[in-house]
Amino acid sequence: MHDVRSTVPKGEAFEAEAGLPRTHYLNATHGTAAWLLTKDHKRIGLLYLFAISFFFFLGGLFAMFVRLELLTPEGDLLTSEMYNTSFSMHGIIMVFFFLVPSVPAVFGNFFLPIMIGAKDVAFPKINLLSWYIAMIAGFMMLTTLLMGGVDTGWTFYPPYSTTGSSSNVVLAALSIFVMGFSSILTGLNFIVTVHTMRAPGMTWGRLPLFVWAQYATSLIMVLGTPVLAITLGLVFAERVFHFGIFDPKLGGDPILFQHLFWFYSHPAVYIMVLPGMGVISELVAAFSRKQVFGYSFVAASSLAIALVGFLVWGHHLFTSGQSAYAALVFSFLSFIVAIPSAIKVFNWTATLYRGSISLASPMLYALGFIGLFTIGGLTGLFLAALGLDLHMQDTYFVIAHFHYIMVGGTLLAYLGALHYWWPKITGRLYTEAWAKVAAITVFVGFNLTFFPQFIVGYLGMPRRYHTYVPEFQVLNVLSTAGASILAVGFILPACYLVYSLFRGGVASRNPWGAYGLEWETTSPPPTSNFLVTPIVTRPAYAYTHADVVSPYAGSTQGERDTGTEETQRV
Amino acid sequence: MSDAVHVEHAGAVGHAHHPALQHHFDDLEQQQRAAMLGMWVFLLTEVLFFGGLFMAYILYRSWYPEAFHEASRHLSVGWGFFNTLVLIASSLTMALAVRAGQTTNRRGQLLFLTLTIVLGAAFLGVKVIEYGDKFAHHLVPGPDFQFTPAELAPAAEIYFSLYFAMTGLHALHMIVGAGIMLVMLYMAWRGRFSTEWYTPLEVSGLYWHFVDIVWIFLFPLLYLIGGLSVFGGGTGH
Ligand code: HEM
Ligand SMILES: [Cu+2]
Repeated sequence: MHDVRSTVPKGEAFEAEAGLPRTHYLNATHGTAAWLLTKDHKRIGLLYLFAISFFFFLGGLFAMFVRLELLTPEGDLLTSEMYNTSFSMHGIIMVFFFLVPSVPAVFGNFFLPIMIGAKDVAFPKINLLSWYIAMIAGFMMLTTLLMGGVDTGWTFYPPYSTTGSSSNVVLAALSIFVMGFSSILTGLNFIVTVHTMRAPGMTWGRLPLFVWAQYATSLIMVLGTPVLAITLGLVFAERVFHFGIFDPKLGGDPILFQHLFWFYSHPAVYIMVLPGMGVISELVAAFSRKQVFGYSFVAASSLAIALVGFLVWGHHLFTSGQSAYAALVFSFLSFIVAIPSAIKVFNWTATLYRGSISLASPMLYALGFIGLFTIGGLTGLFLAALGLDLHMQDTYFVIAHFHYIMVGGTLLAYLGALHYWWPKITGRLYTEAWAKVAAITVFVGFNLTFFPQFIVGYLGMPRRYHTYVPEFQVLNVLSTAGASILAVGFILPACYLVYSLFRGGVASRNPWGAYGLEWETTSPPPTSNFLVTPIVTRPAYAYTHADVVSPYAGSTQGERDTGTEETQRV
Repeated sequence: MSDAVHVEHAGAVGHAHHPALQHHFDDLEQQQRAAMLGMWVFLLTEVLFFGGLFMAYILYRSWYPEAFHEASRHLSVGWGFFNTLVLIASSLTMALAVRAGQTTNRRGQLLFLTLTIVLGAAFLGVKVIEYGDKFAHHLVPGPDFQFTPAELAPAAEIYFSLYFAMTGLHALHMIVGAGIMLVMLYMAWRGRFSTEWYTPLEVSGLYWHFVDIVWIFLFPLLYLIGGLSVFGGGTGH
């Protein structure tokens, strides 16, 4: 297979180019304490990477239980209680401990400061704090798990969560409450960083679209998460102090919970997907060798999503007994929210048009994203149509809809980002052929898993039961088979990426020949990101020639405090 | 972010720097802007944090106007009003403390920060009295809750749930605020604040004012909806 990456040129004169730079953020200091107390945004990004990979594995395990149970119409593997716990823990872990932090906390942390030419995020200590908060929350969730888990579904609807379900709900709610603060602090840090830390010449109009997406995501994190936190706080208070806010027996209103929950959780679906969209803008530009078509529309659509995303939560309550007029308005607004997403898809497609496209492994993920996200978004419109939703609410159609977006979208973007930036993060090149095999495996496995669920859901299979009528078995077997292929597609990257750390080729500064400040610094970057503060003179994605142009115009004096040798621009 | 600033930064780590300047900022001004913006964004999340509770309040007040009216008469408007004055005064002393930081007036900083802490403690002391009163009169949600007339009891319990949630969360913010002020007092005592740099003082002032403003909303919503019962709250009818 053709490998588009440039490796380190033989006989290169510059020390930093002739191999890994001698001192970089990975080896600047040593020891566990140096990592656990680091304030370097890059190391914190890696700390998140480890934690999140663990939670992804854990959430995946529960998904396997669910899929294996659904292999047959009878409930033969798990009891109904165990099944309820499995899908609940799967959803809770995947949403709150993987998808929400995934792209922002790992790649946002690592690359946002570099992409705007800053030395770090605005508040490095708060950044580290956010990781510790996330770990405390994760520890609480693991404790919940060891105590038997919760069976409320990831949505914690009362009155079941406040009266019926086991008391593990208390700790689980508290855990997500705590996790929320981690997310708020990350968002706060990014907003302030983008406002105050941009390098000279890095105007708002020159920000990479990844940064725009992170910025919009951060707004949602900062505005939405506190509402979730207080809502789960009230669930906690209701169980512990007998507050009667949500329990109808005590005069409370369970629908209020649904309103408050979805006021966060619909915007939260955009917390999960917007950063992924930012990744795709980077990938599409880099592998089509073109400026992203309609840069300002793509940037503005991120903000539009953040804004309109706050106005559509009621589409989760179409059958919960909200007023018919409210349902009408929410249905209309849900159609509106698809517009900015569509703008992005159209602009990416227009960027591909007549680009010099290279099908490198990250690009395979990007193309997968565009296709699968489109299907996910369009089926969202089916569900936003009131009449249809009455039929499809709480069926597997909904499951398929959001998995097309969350897995087909966000997870693919996450993997794309991991592959695209891996050489920069580690200084190593992975085996491109294997990476392509993995990307295709994931794509095939994913579709085989979730496409049948659209059909079986449309036929009426409800979600959240461990048995089903025998007519649905064929489609469910297909789905489970697909899930197994998908699992292989996730294990593969784990293998060849780890292998690359030891045996991989040495990455140059810019193995993809891509444009952007992150490709101007060494691989891996020094602790302060740049040896000289960059001055930006060009717009983002200025792919004017086939080869790379430097966004530098000049440079200011180098620094001495990093212990790295001075390098000069070639 | 002129070149001159860069050269100074790059060339002289640890020399010509203000001791408070952190490594990743170019200059104190940038650091100050970041800190202020950070606090504003944080306060934005706080607005929504309290917002969820206000939402619940609006809903249940419109559902159960009579019970809310009756229940609110069990609060002491007198104490509430007293606490309102205390907090407004503390906002003034806080502003004066920031001003003293700006003018490198160390004695002023110490005086006004101490006053702010004392006023904050007074507020919390009054809250302890009020909470104790609610416990004494079985107005705390839970199995012990008692309310007459009995038919309003369930809704009144919701009122008191919200009362404790909202004022409790607010009191928690006051406690955190008092802790921050103690740190500020220590820093002021060490003579850390001057015209050149008093960012922490300004940022914590912002926080303090916010917490005061939340109370300005809580007071009328919780205390004043049932008419006046000066200092007589909690003793029933
Ligand atoms: C393109 C615009 C979108 C529209 C119009 C849309 C519409 C909808 C509607 C109407 C429902 C409710 C279905 C029902 O419960 O009957 C729904 C459910 C859901 N959507 Fe979307 N959606 C969109 C995008 C997204 C995105 C971007 C994500 C995630 C990243 C997402 C994740 C979800 C989830 C998780 C649920 C199910 C929640 C649950 O009940 O557990 N959606 N969507
Ligand atoms: Cu939604």
